[in-house]
Amino acid sequence: MKRSALLLLLLLAAAAGCQREERDYRPNPVASETRETIALSPLSPGANEPVTATSGKGRDYENNAYHLSQGKKLFTWFNCTGCHGNGGGGSGPPLIDDRWIYGASIEQIVSTIREGRPNGMPSFRGRIPDDQIWEIAAFVRSMSGNVPASAAPNRNDDMHPGPAESRKSPSQPIAGGTTPPAAAMPK
Amino acid sequence: MWLRLAIVAIGLSGLTCCSGWQNALDPASGDAGHISWLFWLFVAVLGAIWALVMVVLGMALMMRSRRIDDPLPSHPTHDRRAAWVIAALSGATLVTVLILTGLSFAGQRRLYGPREEAVTIRVTGHQWWWEVRYEEEDPSRTFTTANEIHLPVGQPVNIKLNSSDVIHSLWIPNLFGKLDLIPGRENQLRVTADRAGLYRGQCAEYCGLQHAHMSLMVVVEPQDAFERWRVGQIAPAPPPEDEERKRGQAAFLSQPCVMCHSVRGTTAGGRVAPDLTHIGSRLTLAAGTLPVSRGNLAAWIVDPHGIKPGVNMPMIKLEPDDLNAISAYLEGLK
Repeated sequence: MKRSALLLLLLLAAAAGCQREERDYRPNPVASETRETIALSPLSPGANEPVTATSGKGRDYENNAYHLSQGKKLFTWFNCTGCHGNGGGGSGPPLIDDRWIYGASIEQIVSTIREGRPNGMPSFRGRIPDDQIWEIAAFVRSMSGNVPASAAPNRNDDMHPGPAESRKSPSQPIAGGTTPPAAAMPK
Repeated sequence: MWLRLAIVAIGLSGLTCCSGWQNALDPASGDAGHISWLFWLFVAVLGAIWALVMVVLGMALMMRSRRIDDPLPSHPTHDRRAAWVIAALSGATLVTVLILTGLSFAGQRRLYGPREEAVTIRVTGHQWWWEVRYEEEDPSRTFTTANEIHLPVGQPVNIKLNSSDVIHSLWIPNLFGKLDLIPGRENQLRVTADRAGLYRGQCAEYCGLQHAHMSLMVVVEPQDAFERWRVGQIAPAPPPEDEERKRGQAAFLSQPCVMCHSVRGTTAGGRVAPDLTHIGSRLTLAAGTLPVSRGNLAAWIVDPHGIKPGVNMPMIKLEPDDLNAISAYLEGLK
């Protein structure tokens, strides 16, 4: 009796492992765009480093398989592939490598998508709802292996030249990179 | 006693759905009629066999066995008769199975075989809605709509099926049997509707969270009404005339709506969500989830995930004035 009760308890405890993640289908209906203070360069006037402040929203998105796979779908739907290819770059810089012109953190990527960047990256603020921008940014991080492999998308629906995002080896972000010649201003 | 009554009552309640707009036993086309004929034939033949088996089983249980002194008796005439009975029954089983299989196979050939067609429709399954494209040789007569199929009575129609994401299955029970929509593959379905009416179809292959809210309406109408509808659908959306709808159009075009939806005749040209050019003329919204009305349009825009959790339509934070104007604009897109 006691043993079977113990076994039942153990089984119940094991059932807790079935919970993988919370899927947040319905974003907060009243929240507006989060405020992310980012720095694009280590320089700042005076003795201090540039001031940065993040809302912490990025952690929830980077560790969530649902948000990452939605981001993967939106990446194609909103024609990010039009310039960045499937991450390998085209007229836009590649996203699967370790070079980051405007920063590799999710907040920096969100700002890049929201605000646009020189030489061709348009601003998507007011075009893509903010929660979807976070999903796309999380997926962009996963393309270079910078999100947990347990959450990253692990299967492509079509033929794909590279391994799935969950099998990408993590690449330490390096500041820099260049605008590809295709996107450079004509001389 | 009460339990048995309850079981019988529940069983009988199933019969109440034997008529209506989503029912394989109320056929509105020759193909559905054939399927329904096959169904009743199978029920009759197999029911008769089942009843016969039950009667023989009952007789065997009722008959008292005689006491046998010799454990291994030998009755040559009896044995021969038993062998004949077993052979005859096996033969009858084989013939029945072969006939039924043959009829079923012939039915499949009839349903899915090549035929002449007057109208070609391409239905693409998406999570969780149906894209419907009327294809014609003349590209100016080709147009796209969503979640609603119109068919002319008595005209053979070819429906090409494919999918953009996962496997779906199109099932309009009153008109034809199920056929899957498979990504990267084209399946074809032919149907000739015999009876005008409004029918309902449903995704019949589990395709994700909102599989249950993936239905579509089929309007079967006389040839001239169908042609009027088609001409109306081919036309781009007329520009709005009153002030409110003008504001609605401006708001619609400046909001994220245009990233996914298209309204022909405007700059909205998204291709990944239902075409809204004539949304006001359609019967339902969100793949058969809500009837189209100004109030439902506003409710759907303001909180899609409250109505259809997990749907790909995002919640867009609109100003109440904009929401009001956009829903007026969309409702007027007849």
